Amino acid sequence: MLSRVADNLYWLARYLERAENLARLVEVNASLMLDLPKALAPGWQPLITITGAEALYAEGTRDTSERAVVHFIVADQKNPGSMVSSLAQAREIARTIRDILPREIWEHVNELFLYVSEHATEAINKRTRHAFLRRVTLGTQTLTGMLEGIVSEGPALWFMALGRNIERADMTSRFVDVRAVAMLPVHGSPLRPFATIQWMSVLRSLSGYHMYRLKTRQRVYPAGVVSFLLADEAFPRACVCCLRRAEEVLAHLPNSQSLLRRLSRVRRAVENTRFETLDPDALHGFIDRLQRALGRTNDDVARTYFRGELTLSRHVAAQSQSSG
Amino acid sequence: MAIRWRDYPAEPYFDELIGPGGVPRPAAQAVARHLEKLGSEELAVRQKAAEAAVKGMGITFTVYHEEGGSIDRSWPLDIIPRVIEATEWRRIEAGLRQRAIALNKFIDDIYHDQRIIKAGVFPLEYIADSVNFRQQCVGISPPLGIWAHVCGSDLVRGGDGVMYVLEDNLRVPSGVSYMLENRQVIKRVFPELFEENTILPVDDYPSQLYDMLRAIAPPGVEHPEVVVLTPGIFNSAYFEHAYLAQQMGCELVEGRDLAVDDDDCVFMRTIDGWSRVDVIYRRIDDLFLDPEAFRADSTLGVPGLLRAWRAGKVALANAPGAGVADDKLVYTFVPDMIRFYLGEEPILPNVPSYLCADPKQLEFVLANLATLVVKPTNESGGYGMLMGPKSTAAEREEFALLVRANPRNYIAQPVVQISTTPTLIDHTVEPRHVDLRPFILSGSDVHVTTGGLTRVAMRKGSLVVNSSQGGGSKDTWIVDGTN
Repeated sequence: MLSRVADNLYWLARYLERAENLARLVEVNASLMLDLPKALAPGWQPLITITGAEALYAEGTRDTSERAVVHFIVADQKNPGSMVSSLAQAREIARTIRDILPREIWEHVNELFLYVSEHATEAINKRTRHAFLRRVTLGTQTLTGMLEGIVSEGPALWFMALGRNIERADMTSRFVDVRAVAMLPVHGSPLRPFATIQWMSVLRSLSGYHMYRLKTRQRVYPAGVVSFLLADEAFPRACVCCLRRAEEVLAHLPNSQSLLRRLSRVRRAVENTRFETLDPDALHGFIDRLQRALGRTNDDVARTYFRGELTLSRHVAAQSQSSG
Repeated sequence: MAIRWRDYPAEPYFDELIGPGGVPRPAAQAVARHLEKLGSEELAVRQKAAEAAVKGMGITFTVYHEEGGSIDRSWPLDIIPRVIEATEWRRIEAGLRQRAIALNKFIDDIYHDQRIIKAGVFPLEYIADSVNFRQQCVGISPPLGIWAHVCGSDLVRGGDGVMYVLEDNLRVPSGVSYMLENRQVIKRVFPELFEENTILPVDDYPSQLYDMLRAIAPPGVEHPEVVVLTPGIFNSAYFEHAYLAQQMGCELVEGRDLAVDDDDCVFMRTIDGWSRVDVIYRRIDDLFLDPEAFRADSTLGVPGLLRAWRAGKVALANAPGAGVADDKLVYTFVPDMIRFYLGEEPILPNVPSYLCADPKQLEFVLANLATLVVKPTNESGGYGMLMGPKSTAAEREEFALLVRANPRNYIAQPVVQISTTPTLIDHTVEPRHVDLRPFILSGSDVHVTTGGLTRVAMRKGSLVVNSSQGGGSKDTWIVDGTN
């Protein structure tokens, strides 16, 4: 597979995954706002923090109203991290590599982009929001299903799985960081009122509530949720599960030894952490390190497969040696 | 509203579907009856469905915009097909085959012995002045002696009902993907017509193209790696490049993915390292192909590619230098080439042409600018021409200066009364002018597409069919009338 194409596939998956996570984010925040009393409601500003766009947002406006934030997250073309921008990038890539993926996939990405760019205002209106976001989530999930259903096992699928899982691990850690750290009780202090609802909403935002209950057979409690979302090896949106899946596909790819070693070190660090004993500051520090490690993994992938130094003469020499 | 062919203004031009007096031509009878039955409202509904299909399938072309950007637009497709009777088509096909063979012999001759010049059939100075003649190609013998592996010839039907060749595109002709996609869409829109009629299929092209590309691999390569080389996503035909690569199951590469080593071998950069490339279907113009050999400022090309081709380590389709025959001045000699190389009479006529390079003909052209079409010899896309009957005196004066300054660069032709075909315009059916671009593949055999891409000028009275200038397209049906 061409390096440029692999690079494109990796980012196609990342952008699509990002669009889905943004839909989840808006959806869950909206329902949280309905459940909580006004005084306790976190408002809409945390969405900007989660997406890491505080500086950019501040350039445009100070208005953190529902309308302004949702517009920024979903429909703002000037925000490179918005849903519309992510899907526009995904579509542009899908167009570039139309020759690689089955036509249905290109058509689906194209239609999803057209739908979102034409209907983005529906996310702002409370009455139409749910249906709109549901369609986006369903749209990206359909794509994941199509990849599973009609794309042959091989580099195209592997690079997409790599991109999807790295993006997903990153986004899940952001959800936990912004939502959980703010709500985590300082060690020993009792749970604040309505905290359970908020923790449930964190789980729901990642479609993890049901799986959490099945897995833990326990009521929702802070360290349980943090540990489930970061360290569960089976829930597809949990960081450890994402990292495991990334490792699985890397094992198929050439020259992945050193990448694999570093990635499994990151995974073991999460697996070996006892979240019950972490206070908010320690958790925040931990997630910070995890996100930096994911960033380094991204750079390693790019160096190994997409853009690293590779001299032609040395390669040819090596090839003739091995064949002779 | 009902469609009544009796009221359709089939004249004063030759109409492809409807004959004089509103009587459908034999091959078009079934279609014409069906359209009548559907009525214009239902047709409008189906046109909408076709447009939605085009959008959903992502069939696009890219338009360059004045402000520097480029826009990806939905491919314009009119749902009323253009119909050609199979017997007539077989004659056209034979004519195109004959033409492609002669053109390839001409190019090979020009870069070797130049027999046609020595025989006094083709003047030496026309080659010496040709901007598409490549000194670097002299003496090179590409596999099978083929230079123009893919040729797109533009045909128009005159008021006399005769199909004329308007030009031969031998550099990087495009449009074949739209021909294939148009059929896909129209099959969705009119499934019932495909059940009832014998409409010859078109979808074999990608496999024929692939077979041809494999056949021109350097000798001794058993499983050649074939790639499609594109200038990138901003090229107006990028859709087609990606489409053909996908249909053939080849890599679609850009110049930056390729490199040539010291032994003149070509490699592409993959996730496993460098990997050898044997055949390149290139969709980049000669001058941008290799900054070592041609334009040093080209960022689209691959340094050393021409060196690799000259050494026979890689095959290029079309071969560099093939464009020497893609010149409207050379075009005027194609009938002579057919006689010279094949000893046959041309099956398809050229549009009568005047060479401005010839002093006597130049004077005639300048005296008759108001009635002629004057075309630059080396432009494509319908740019830089003068449509005499629609020009102002000032435009003609300005153009006369251009022609006088560089007569070699112009030819002139009488305005062809290009045929029309029924086209859906604002809920009614009106005649619009059309041309036809079939594609000819030359390898170990010569293949002609079944029909081709029909382009239609959507504006009333307009003869400009180029999609970059508001032209549309149609599905082209070769209908077997015998059963």
